[in-house]
Amino acid sequence: MPRILQLALIGTAAGAFSGLFGVGGGTVIVPLLILWLAYGEREATGTSLAAIAVIAAYAVALQSAYGNVHVGYAALVGVPAIAGAVAGTALQQRLPERAVSLLFAGLLALIAIELIVV
Amino acid sequence: MAELAAALLGLAAGVVGGLLGVGGGILFVPALAIFLDQTQVEAEATSLLAIVPVAIVATWRQRGYGNVRLREGLAIGALSGLGVAVGVVAANELSQRALELAFAGLLLLVAARLAWHGLRTETGSERSSSSE
Repeated sequence: MPRILQLALIGTAAGAFSGLFGVGGGTVIVPLLILWLAYGEREATGTSLAAIAVIAAYAVALQSAYGNVHVGYAALVGVPAIAGAVAGTALQQRLPERAVSLLFAGLLALIAIELIVV
Repeated sequence: MAELAAALLGLAAGVVGGLLGVGGGILFVPALAIFLDQTQVEAEATSLLAIVPVAIVATWRQRGYGNVRLREGLAIGALSGLGVAVGVVAANELSQRALELAFAGLLLLVAARLAWHGLRTETGSERSSSSE
């Protein structure tokens, strides 16, 4: 399969989950990059973030047409998160790549439980 | 008090986002829904706005560490439009329970594959000894 088609399929799947569940799509992109395109863990997470910035921008433009976006609340959770993201990326550089895979598996399991329970 | 809790959960969302390459929506959505009384759809929409700057800053940091294939990442993002449109319309039009359960099942399968991938990387190639 051509590379661009693989990337398009990952983008489409991530976009659909992003729009449906209000997540950036990283939960879909990171495992696909690792398991399908044989990315290393750190590369998969870094590349996923670049994709997420674009996907979330699309999705928020569409959602704002429905009048659902609250800018003040987004800043309230988003500004502390920016500081957290700087710490999180620094922390990741100190972990072995397999630990990133295992942590990610744990994250997916937690999301699954949240989806079932909440 | 609720605002403080939401902000702290936002901080945690950023750490998880930077650490694992996700936007943080997984924690933004409950923070907005539980502490700031947004409906599920409102929380998801607001979460998406919060994700944008977090993802940009985290990408910039990861690029500094040499971990971003920028062309491929941007290609994935640029080619997501159809999926996003379908997802947003569906989120506003459909009852979500069946979708949530289906997605949860899919995530559990992927989690198992990924855990297996991580364990196999660690130990070489074992067969069925690590089926937790």
